[in-house]
Amino acid sequence: MSFFSVSLGKLVRRVSRLRGGGSALPGLVVEKIDPGFMRRTLTTLPHGVAVVSGTNGKTTTTKMVVELLESQGLKVFTNRTGSNFTRGVAAALLGEVDWRGRLDADVAVLELDEAHAVHFVNSVPPRYCLLLNVLRDQLDRFGEIDKTAQLLQHIAAKTTGTVVLNREDPRVARIADTLTGQDVRYFGLDDSLLGTFPNDDDMRAAPGSPAPAGLSEKPAADVVLRTVGADSAEFEYDGGRVTTGMKLRGVYNIFNAAAALTLARSICGGAAADTDHETLLQALSQVAPAFGRGESLTVEDQPLDLVLVKNPSGFRLGLKSFPAGGYATMIAINDNYADGRDMSWLWDVEFESLRDGGVDRVTGSRAYDMALRLQYDEVAVGAVEPDIAAALAAFIREGQGRPKRIFCTYTAMLAIRRELSKITTVEVVS
Amino acid sequence: MSPETPVPAAAPHGDNKGVLRVVQLYPRDMNIYGDWGNALVLQQRIRWHGYTPELLEYNVGDPFPDGVDIIVGGGGQDSGQLVIQDDLQARAGTLKDLAEADTPMLVICGLYQLFGRFFKTRTGSVIPGIGILDVETHGTDERLIGNVKVATPEFGEVLGYENHSGQTTLGSGVRPLGTVAKGTGNNSSDGHEGARYRNIVASYLHGSLLPKNPAIADFLISKAAERKFGSFEPGTPDDRFVGPAREHAARRPR
Repeated sequence: MSFFSVSLGKLVRRVSRLRGGGSALPGLVVEKIDPGFMRRTLTTLPHGVAVVSGTNGKTTTTKMVVELLESQGLKVFTNRTGSNFTRGVAAALLGEVDWRGRLDADVAVLELDEAHAVHFVNSVPPRYCLLLNVLRDQLDRFGEIDKTAQLLQHIAAKTTGTVVLNREDPRVARIADTLTGQDVRYFGLDDSLLGTFPNDDDMRAAPGSPAPAGLSEKPAADVVLRTVGADSAEFEYDGGRVTTGMKLRGVYNIFNAAAALTLARSICGGAAADTDHETLLQALSQVAPAFGRGESLTVEDQPLDLVLVKNPSGFRLGLKSFPAGGYATMIAINDNYADGRDMSWLWDVEFESLRDGGVDRVTGSRAYDMALRLQYDEVAVGAVEPDIAAALAAFIREGQGRPKRIFCTYTAMLAIRRELSKITTVEVVS
Repeated sequence: MSPETPVPAAAPHGDNKGVLRVVQLYPRDMNIYGDWGNALVLQQRIRWHGYTPELLEYNVGDPFPDGVDIIVGGGGQDSGQLVIQDDLQARAGTLKDLAEADTPMLVICGLYQLFGRFFKTRTGSVIPGIGILDVETHGTDERLIGNVKVATPEFGEVLGYENHSGQTTLGSGVRPLGTVAKGTGNNSSDGHEGARYRNIVASYLHGSLLPKNPAIADFLISKAAERKFGSFEPGTPDDRFVGPAREHAARRPR
């Protein structure tokens, strides 16, 4: 069965590549004819499978974990295509296995969307999982925020070895109480940095009103992010503090570095002698942001930053991490399925920080919803153009000589990258 | 800024036709899917009509504010509804008196349900409402999610986004806000969305509801001004984005 299904899957993969088709189809084919394929292939890896899930930061964090493990000489299989659904994993797997279905890797690190992770862990129980956060994102798909927390809880319950949890997100940290038998480790944040991470619950609360109860007593964390500098960060682990340079920008990306470090240390054996901490830190300092996550391109000799915004917390953090001063600003809001159809979330973000310079252009299928939102926050809007290609061209033309920044939803970012690829070097993801 | 006509962000705040006090009910526990947008729209449009807004929050355990002109409340998760339940019952008399005295109110989703007679969960337990609205809600396994278009007699076409698993049926003491043209609305059988009673507008629609449906916001503000000052003298809000935002939203898939 294995030889047949793997061969067929690889063939479908080749054909669908030739046709320029989607990345998940070959995975679907193999899943249908050989449902045990993924489990057989992945569970035989020496270090097993690690699943990374949560609302924000999955892609960047997964990328960091992979690079950290590679720095320790491990061969890592990951779903790099950004297809974070089960079929995407199967499809990525088909690209890596040999014709007999064997995978030459020590460990698999997989980024999985919350709902799909549940299906995945039911068929492939992971040895490790890393749960980042539960925020308001695509609630139109999952229902309520508590429901999303339950999905993460299920992933933790199916994990056979170590569960890594965000100590600062009460919904994630509380998952520990429901676990029996798993080794639980936390990553945490210095109290002085907590204020830079508004959570959804206190998003609209009056100043001073209490946030929902976190853990009554903070458990010790394996890795704590202590301070963040302009291009450095200080982490605490094993009872000591170390400062390292960082290529990543944005406090939330660097907090995810603490998450990645915790998972990587778990997989490599923590403080064990065989972990080379110097190379681990060196690797961490070299991690570049995943596409669209605070990535900076160059267009006509000026920087152009792409900031992916998928939910209110991400948008607020984006506005906070990338101040508007001196920049030409465009906002691109689509409401395709992958973005979430509900536009309500725009009203949970405050845009006062854009008031001084205004927003030059608003685009995307819901450009006018965004313009209306800005108007109610008294932010001046230069022009509204729902067509992304036209808006981008005008934005670049009129922003000549100024650095530029585009806040964009997921599918808007894909469209912008396709357009940018015609004039500059940019990784296009389909 | 781009050379194309920059939009003045807000009407001047010069006039002063008097203060209107807006109270947000339970924003800490009942504010999901951007329901804050409704409070913000009321605040700004009161200003744009030449009045002075005063926006207050009422959360569990707070003293209830005096001189309330408009009440606005949003949706919550099941857990949020449990947190506010006792406090809401304790405030039932106050809220009922305000409602019967024609205080304009907007209640969305979760608070719409709790302003009704009861919410019966899937497992059969009954959460009492405060009975201001003659409606009852039954929990189901089916979640009704997506864009909604409603034809209403008072506010024209109303656009929004629904996301609920409770199904609400109206008694004879209320009338529907309108008839669903796209989406589901109150329940999957009778084609109605929302409820109207005195100056209360109740609806399942997020979006937020008021930004793209300023007719409802202006109805609430005008009723508040009439109650307080005897008449409403409208200003001229700049609604240049409303028309195209509605056109684009109306064309989007469910």
